[in-house]
Amino acid sequence: MIIYIARRLAQSVFLVFGAITIVFLVLRVIPGDPASLILGSQATAEELEAKRQELGLGDPLLAQYFRHLGEVLRLDFGESWRLGGDAFANVLERLPATLTLAGYALALTLLIGFPLGVHAARNTGKAVDRLVSYLSLTGQALPSFWVGIMLVLIFSRMLDILPATADGTPLALVLPAFTLALPFLGWLARLVRNGTLEELGKDYVRTARSKGLSERVVFNVHVLRNTLTPVVTVLGLVLGNFIADAVIIEQVFAWPGIGSLMIESIVNRDYAVAEAAILLIAIFYIGLNLAVDVLYFYLDPRITLETV
Amino acid sequence: MKSKAAKAATGVLALFVLVAVFGPMLAPYDSVATGVSDRLLPPGSTLSDGSFALLGTDQLGRDVFAQVIAGSRISLLVAVTVVVVGGLIGLVLGLLAGYYGGWLDTVISRVGDMQLAFPSILLAILLAGALGPSLTNVIIALAVTRWVIFARVVRGSALSTRNREFVDSARVMGAGSVRIMARYIYPSCVQPLLVAATVQVGLTMVAEAALSFLGLGVPIDQASWGSTIAAGRDYLASAWWIAAVPGIALTLVVICVGVLGDSARDGSDNTKVAVVR
Repeated sequence: MIIYIARRLAQSVFLVFGAITIVFLVLRVIPGDPASLILGSQATAEELEAKRQELGLGDPLLAQYFRHLGEVLRLDFGESWRLGGDAFANVLERLPATLTLAGYALALTLLIGFPLGVHAARNTGKAVDRLVSYLSLTGQALPSFWVGIMLVLIFSRMLDILPATADGTPLALVLPAFTLALPFLGWLARLVRNGTLEELGKDYVRTARSKGLSERVVFNVHVLRNTLTPVVTVLGLVLGNFIADAVIIEQVFAWPGIGSLMIESIVNRDYAVAEAAILLIAIFYIGLNLAVDVLYFYLDPRITLETV
Repeated sequence: MKSKAAKAATGVLALFVLVAVFGPMLAPYDSVATGVSDRLLPPGSTLSDGSFALLGTDQLGRDVFAQVIAGSRISLLVAVTVVVVGGLIGLVLGLLAGYYGGWLDTVISRVGDMQLAFPSILLAILLAGALGPSLTNVIIALAVTRWVIFARVVRGSALSTRNREFVDSARVMGAGSVRIMARYIYPSCVQPLLVAATVQVGLTMVAEAALSFLGLGVPIDQASWGSTIAAGRDYLASAWWIAAVPGIALTLVVICVGVLGDSARDGSDNTKVAVVR
């Protein structure tokens, strides 16, 4: 167990380094002259030269890389020219909004997806089952940013019952959280449905039935518990995807989270903030994947090191 | 039922390809031509020059139908190029990794892991932002994020094939590595590669639209479904059709690609396709 966790931990640290390296490559190496990328085309020759000095672009690439690595590990991404102040502090300030949104989306996914999946499993081939399979097919294919805009059109502009943008009221959470949850709702329901059906066919269910337990007890006590394990672990992955998808969805609803900050920063060439934001999201993503693997290992005693 | 859905999807996609290739000749889209008097007209209106706007006009008086047709061309072009380029890179690297194993495999697989540590849309956004808005850059940004998926699929097939008897006999007969990879291992990778490619065409279309929606995709003088949706967002109250129509087109095409992908997967045996969003 400890060996496994240690191995996954080492892997995750490697992935974080990888993420830092990839971002370094994209922002510092690909553009040829990062100074002009940062300052834009209107910058004067002196400004460009000063920026090159500041970034240490005269140094060999490897030296630049290690210096940058040190800065990132100290969480020193530099100053934000657009917002003023420390870039990382600016990103942290936006973190709670994104986490709130992702948390509500997760709650929606679970509260709708789980019962829907169980219901579909108990009514295979019926309407609810078909609904689940349509939802899981279309939910993933729908361009979520467009779905968000259409929800605004229907619920804000036409019916006028929900706010279209973050106005500070709790109701403002409904549309963005639902938009975020929609692609995963059908997916989770399908997963729960298939998991439940698989469990229902197992020997212990027959045993439980044959010793005279009522169908309700068989289902609620025995089957549901076993379908929960994969769901719990998968939720971690879903949460990671929410934080990534929020980058676009936040832009649709003007939600003041990390994602919209990242897009605004990239569009406005505020790369200190963009880098801090993208790395924070990547670390979340990697961390959640790690947590899921460890949790899975912990929750299901049948999994041993050999089977991983 | 499955095959009926697949047939319908094939029909829709064939129409989409035809429209993308020939449509702009029939309904030319001019990003500069504007008619102020024809702004924000609802679907089915007749314009001041007597022409008929089936899907209405946008905030500058341009025909939305022509924009959607022009957007279909960008969408198809980007998706096909990205999948072909990403697929070729993935095929070569996946074959090398799977066939040779050892340090080469370690390097290729670890680079892939590193990249998948990122949600792929984030990497695409960052790349597109750093490269600047242009059609080529969108294709580069998306191809860079897709090769890993193809490489994984091909590597898996190559790994399971390389120790099969017919490969050993080819080796004994004196075939070189390149010949073995091209003639004996490659055929086993084609089927899973094609299934993965189908799935990726749909995902790439959505990703392109998302990039263009964020203003990081194709330049504004080229109509993309994503940028038309973004423009329509500001006119939701007065002209919902600008944002709605391209999104419906995109959704329809992507769902049809998904249906085809599903039937392709069902048709091919023992293929595990990694669907990475």
